[in-house]
Amino acid sequence: MISSDIKRRSATTTPPPQVREQVEVAKLIDVSKCIGCKACQSACMEWNDLRDEVGENIGVYDNPNNLTESSWTVMRFSEIEEAGKLEWLIRKDGCMHCEDPGCLKACPSPGAIVQYSNGIVDFNQEHCIGCGYCVAGCPFDIPRISEKDSKAYKCSLCSDRVAVGQEPACVKACPTGSIMFGTKEGMIHQAEERIEDLKERGYENAGLYNPAGVGGTHVMYVLHHADKPELYHGLPKDPTISPMVSIWKGVTKPLLSIGLGLAVLGGFFHYITKGPKEVHADDHPNKEGA
Amino acid sequence: MSQDIQRYVTADRVNHWIVAILFVILSLTGLAFFHPSFFFLSNVLGGPVWARILHPFLGIVMAISFVGLARRVWHENFIKPVDIEWLKRIEEVINNEDGPDSLPIGKYNAGQKLMFWTMIGSVALLLVTGFVIWRAYFAEFFPIPVIRFAMVIHMLAGFTGILALIIHVYAAIWVKGTLRAMTRGTVDANWAKHHHPEWFKEQTGAK
Repeated sequence: MISSDIKRRSATTTPPPQVREQVEVAKLIDVSKCIGCKACQSACMEWNDLRDEVGENIGVYDNPNNLTESSWTVMRFSEIEEAGKLEWLIRKDGCMHCEDPGCLKACPSPGAIVQYSNGIVDFNQEHCIGCGYCVAGCPFDIPRISEKDSKAYKCSLCSDRVAVGQEPACVKACPTGSIMFGTKEGMIHQAEERIEDLKERGYENAGLYNPAGVGGTHVMYVLHHADKPELYHGLPKDPTISPMVSIWKGVTKPLLSIGLGLAVLGGFFHYITKGPKEVHADDHPNKEGA
Repeated sequence: MSQDIQRYVTADRVNHWIVAILFVILSLTGLAFFHPSFFFLSNVLGGPVWARILHPFLGIVMAISFVGLARRVWHENFIKPVDIEWLKRIEEVINNEDGPDSLPIGKYNAGQKLMFWTMIGSVALLLVTGFVIWRAYFAEFFPIPVIRFAMVIHMLAGFTGILALIIHVYAAIWVKGTLRAMTRGTVDANWAKHHHPEWFKEQTGAK
């Protein structure tokens, strides 16, 4: 991606370059087609040159058992009972590439987090200062700070591949076609057709996960139980940027900054108008003994 | 016939200036992470990454030094009826009128006392919330909603502390003869008699 393709830039108050208009892209993950093979995890490691530490098995199929700075995507396996039937729900977890990214909003370092005009949210580690504000800002608990270099990492939606017209590595590797990639519009259309299918087959609550609370996402899910996204390893039902983050990084920032400026100016003009408070040697007001 | 009266002993002054220097560095680097227009201030500690690394450690040193300073002056900072009277006449104080100076004020006037308690509150909040949001060592032990809340409190307490600092510094510029109390340790007797008559009496045993 080149620098004129940036739509949003962290800690920047002036408009980013926005003349070039790219079409918005999206990854569509059809959870109902996923077989949990983890080919996407392997492809992600391979393309992005990531090798995580070999961890411990904690008795579930999730491996590794959480996202890390070196594991940008993880299959989450949930065993649930719906309508008296055991279901094994498998969701590929990772950055959702929100249209309104909480990480970018929270980031204090100019340009450490950018959103390209195609919608991809990317971390520029060379500008990352390691404060972890993105971790607090994210509604999906995605960014991870490396202990090695104190930089934040997450899925880049293979922005380097997408920039040259290729699909993300996970999409290319998926053997069942569960992960798809294209224009956001095209992916929504694709999802709608699949949801029709699922409904015909008895999944009457099938639907698209493209949460409006974060302006929609550039990674979307087709869920068989779209009415209960929490079933899929706690996928939030209505994610939004926390009001705490909005207070912290919203209107208070300029207001309090102006407040401090006014305090300094107030002092200056008080001195100019009222002058200093001085005590002269012959100036002993009213002291009982004076 | 003016003479000098000791207001702060050497240890008081050294302690005060350790807190002051650290407080200013912490304010500048804190502002750097608060709003992008202040981001360049992170250069006072050698750039944004160094500022991120050092800010919390310096914060701990500042908080410890602050406790030392607070222990030296807290007993002079209880709010008394005369302070309420002084606050009621704050407009006269701001207008440089001499009226409220006739009140029997001790070592500190109500404005200084409020400064003390404001700083106690904001330093305490900054310390506690600072640990919660310290990503490298402590943040991982707290749930994300708690971290978000701590961020907001840290921001508000930092803002309050910086605002108080601005007022504190301006008061020292405004009220002539004050600054030397913290640089040389002494004040002019007339100054003491005028601004802190009760304290002047205690110090000199005068009438």
